[in-house]
Amino acid sequence: MSRRPISVSIDRLRGKRPDAGPPRRLPGDERSCPRCQSHFRAEEMERNCYVCAVCDHHFPMTARQRLDHLAGGEPWDEIGGELRAADPLRFVDLQPYTERVRLAEAKGATEAIIAASLEIDGQPCVVAAMDFGFLGGSMGSVVGERFARAAERAVARNVPLISITSSGGARMQEGVLALMQMAKTIVALDELAEARLPFVVVLAHPTTGGVWASFASLGDVTYAEPGALIAFSGPRVIEQTTREKLPDDFGLAERQLEHGHVDAVIDRRELPTRLGRLLAILEQPPRDEAQSLASQLAQNGSERAARVAHALPGLSRRLRGRPTDDSFQSRGPSES
Amino acid sequence: MSTPTASSGRGGRFVRRIAGRFGGAEAVPGDTWDAIQLARHQNRPYPLDYISRLMPDFEELHGDRLRGDDPAIVAGIGRYHGAPLAVIGQQKGRDAKDRAYRNFGMPSPEGYRKGMRLMELCDRLEIPLVTLIDTPGAFPGADAEERGQGGAIARSMMMMLRLRVPTVAVVIGEGSSGGALALGVADRVVMLENATYSVISPEGAAAILWRDAAKAKLAAAAFKPTAANCYRWGVADAVVPEPEGGAHVEHDEAARLLDGYLSRAIRELQALPLAERRRQRRERFRRLGASREVSGA
Repeated sequence: MSRRPISVSIDRLRGKRPDAGPPRRLPGDERSCPRCQSHFRAEEMERNCYVCAVCDHHFPMTARQRLDHLAGGEPWDEIGGELRAADPLRFVDLQPYTERVRLAEAKGATEAIIAASLEIDGQPCVVAAMDFGFLGGSMGSVVGERFARAAERAVARNVPLISITSSGGARMQEGVLALMQMAKTIVALDELAEARLPFVVVLAHPTTGGVWASFASLGDVTYAEPGALIAFSGPRVIEQTTREKLPDDFGLAERQLEHGHVDAVIDRRELPTRLGRLLAILEQPPRDEAQSLASQLAQNGSERAARVAHALPGLSRRLRGRPTDDSFQSRGPSES
Repeated sequence: MSTPTASSGRGGRFVRRIAGRFGGAEAVPGDTWDAIQLARHQNRPYPLDYISRLMPDFEELHGDRLRGDDPAIVAGIGRYHGAPLAVIGQQKGRDAKDRAYRNFGMPSPEGYRKGMRLMELCDRLEIPLVTLIDTPGAFPGADAEERGQGGAIARSMMMMLRLRVPTVAVVIGEGSSGGALALGVADRVVMLENATYSVISPEGAAAILWRDAAKAKLAAAAFKPTAANCYRWGVADAVVPEPEGGAHVEHDEAARLLDGYLSRAIRELQALPLAERRRQRRERFRRLGASREVSGA
């Protein structure tokens, strides 16, 4: 045993069979693969997008690493970075919530989600990436608020929204206010939908609880990373409540694909290319903005607004997505 | 059929009274635990108890038109103060057999899809919707997962948010987790005096945070999920009074008090223009939360 190398290069590990030898845990080291026990240097991990070069196990990534990866190393513009967790309930379990937040912040992240404007393969978009390392990726007020601001920025810039999810669910220490963040993300997605902008979800390990039961389930296109656990109730809760014996692959991305809950399981190393291609497919051809707005308003019977729109070329598409409410009203009894 | 009680059912004055009683001080464990016991009292009225008193003419609908019918959710349309009204609610059982039949008020995806079927009907036929929330959470089962529990909850929230008709959500018992919120994205969210609304049941929280299910009382005290606190946080718009001793003591009176609030809330909402109602509904959920801002980030 002692002759097993602790640190070896990717080149030497490549070709080694993933099923060779019994699993051996190297305690306390986030750079050893929990599945095949291979161990990597930090720069090897980064070069391979935090995927095991031997068995393709997908390691956790921080939100910053996610954004760097998708942006291809280009700088990104953070949204809502000034927001930090508060303690509305003055919550104490085994430890005060403020202390938990302080310890999590000390590790370098500011919250369990980071949102940013960036380009993936030349396609401009807004990405909201979650970080399981920050209090289990739990969704509290800051996560909900940053997600909502990300959607609003996507609307303002007329670009798609992408979210990479990794979360244990709602943040219990913020009580019912954490639960309400589920509804807040729904409101944000409704605004995105009204602006006719796509929402793409990438489910990373694990995506559970209130995050899966809100925005993570509502992607227009939904990808998942290999081996990601995706569930509303985790396996432990189910086994405790129903005394069912669950299969080993319960809730894993590959099973969710079989059951029709995701569109594709995608290796992380291919994500930038695949997302870039998807965004390129979804991109609308340029249109005469003013013309289109005018005709839409005219259809709704608002001729005066149509004349104004003719005089304002270049009005954003955001306005075009909005007439639903007005048009519904203008079809009231006085008009039809 | 009872008539609307113009004076007694309004939440505002009452809310000030009970909010005053809690006085902004930290709730002591006893208070919160009492509320949780009352919210779960086995004689507490469930949706069908309110429906039979408020709407003698009620047609219950069954099935999600995809797979099955979920007895943990009741949904239907009835006559309420001279107009149609739709109701969706989580239904618990009273005796052992009924409790099992209703799956302890824990809905499956089929239940939420039955609700969405009714929401679609409400939107098309312009019928206001009232939801009655009382659940320990959505059912945690492997087959419920396979049939899309998470997606059903998310879609139910989205559909409620988009409805063009007035909507009122009433937490009548225990409102726990996404399983409750799936029916809670309404124009007005109100709670009965002894109802609770929380991110998770106290037992669930105790098992996860304290790693000991027996610490439920501690968890309850930490969550403070009472109606008065939820009102203070903006999660509840009003608190509807219950009969002396709790809703379980006198179902008729509990229904009469709820009727007073409901009939008025629906009238008020119907008076608002659609665009304004939808704007307010969105804004209501958009602003909920508590965070700090740091400079120079």
